[in-house]
Amino acid sequence: MELQETLEEGYVEILDHLRKRSLWMLHYCTACGAIELPPTITSRFDAERFGIAPFVTSRQSDILLVTGYINIKTLKRLITVYEQMLPPKYVIGFGSCTINGGIYWDSYAVLKRLDLYLPVDVYIAGCMPSPMAVLEGFRTLMKLIDEGKANGWKKYIENYDYYKANQRKVLKW
Amino acid sequence: MVEKLVLVLTPVFAFFVGIFLEGFKRKMVARIHRRYGPPLHQPLLDIIKLLSKKENISHGVMFDLGPVILVGASILTVLFLPLPGFKQLTPHGDLIAFLYIMVIGSLGMALGAGESGNPNASIGIARALTLMLGYELPLIIAGNTLVLKYGTTDLTKFMTLQSGFHWNLFFLPLTAIAGFIATYGAMGEHPFDIFVAPQEVATGPMVEYGGKHLGLLMIGHAIQVYIETAFFTVLFLGGAANILTFILKQLGVIIVMTLFDTVLPRFKIENAVRYFWRWPTIIALLGLFIVYIGG
Repeated sequence: MELQETLEEGYVEILDHLRKRSLWMLHYCTACGAIELPPTITSRFDAERFGIAPFVTSRQSDILLVTGYINIKTLKRLITVYEQMLPPKYVIGFGSCTINGGIYWDSYAVLKRLDLYLPVDVYIAGCMPSPMAVLEGFRTLMKLIDEGKANGWKKYIENYDYYKANQRKVLKW
Repeated sequence: MVEKLVLVLTPVFAFFVGIFLEGFKRKMVARIHRRYGPPLHQPLLDIIKLLSKKENISHGVMFDLGPVILVGASILTVLFLPLPGFKQLTPHGDLIAFLYIMVIGSLGMALGAGESGNPNASIGIARALTLMLGYELPLIIAGNTLVLKYGTTDLTKFMTLQSGFHWNLFFLPLTAIAGFIATYGAMGEHPFDIFVAPQEVATGPMVEYGGKHLGLLMIGHAIQVYIETAFFTVLFLGGAANILTFILKQLGVIIVMTLFDTVLPRFKIENAVRYFWRWPTIIALLGLFIVYIGG
């Protein structure tokens, strides 16, 4: 473990530069924004040319896409899935629902802000974001990874108590 | 000294050729989909990313050993394959030993994935081993047809005897077709990707593997791609005089395989085994009969 740490210290910039070219996104789509993903992946917009490919299990994936509104019920699964993923891992929030609840602003079952419960690296604005916006979000994430600024997973480990307290408040664990 | 160096470097060479073939395949699939596609070195980037993951989740000792067995068995198999112009592990490459060693990797992976306890992994393993039951039969019949024809099991001799366009593909087309279908099944391409099946069993045996484990599995897979294509090249495409021709012939095999892979849907497991035991087996038996009559 220590050898790996020292290696990582020395080569972290090179590693980040290579890591950003290979991002696997999780096939776990929570809400309506997911309908923008098929055109993003397939022939017209072709996300695979940036190395972004859909993958099916949480153990293999790097990006968690939260595609729209988050129910209280969904949040429980979302947290499980996020904690199963291996770091470095990144979260992308889709659309206005993840920012402020969107059209479900006053609902009893829908949460308003995602980043109280999970650390979000990139928000994509819009309802829904178009494939161009989604690709722009991916490019922003790649830029952040390259600059070493996409540290949501570190933030989650460091502020674990804060996130857990927020999650418990909603889920009443 | 030089021979030992070649032996050490052969798996590395096989790994990079496998990476190239995989990258080429992804690019080609993208072009058939009318996409631009990832860069050619994308599989290498994926492996580097997976190996640089911070944590690893283990479900037991066998779970850790599974990928190691896969990579180790793949390296051993590569050392038994003849490489044009270089001396490999055995001076008399034995086809029968090769056919035995080739399946160790899958068995290691089955043992490893079995310990994860994920039902998807168990289903994936069951499907993978059942599929192996299917494609081994035509593969062994096709291989033994060549043994009957040449009177030897030496893979290096197979290459020399086929030189000068005496390819088995032209002289024994039926056996070559059966061998191709069996190799195709061994590669796990559509319609035989039953055990990976992301939509049904979430990548089957790999479902609990992530991070460095998956990186090792992908290294093993790259070497496996090299092995399968090289095996078909040695048996039916006349081997090669130098390494460049060898890689080009492997590329040809991959191109034909990808053409089928891109357009076909997926079999159910019972249909796949029924298919393997019916068509390639009958074709291989016909080829064997022709060789037996023709002497």
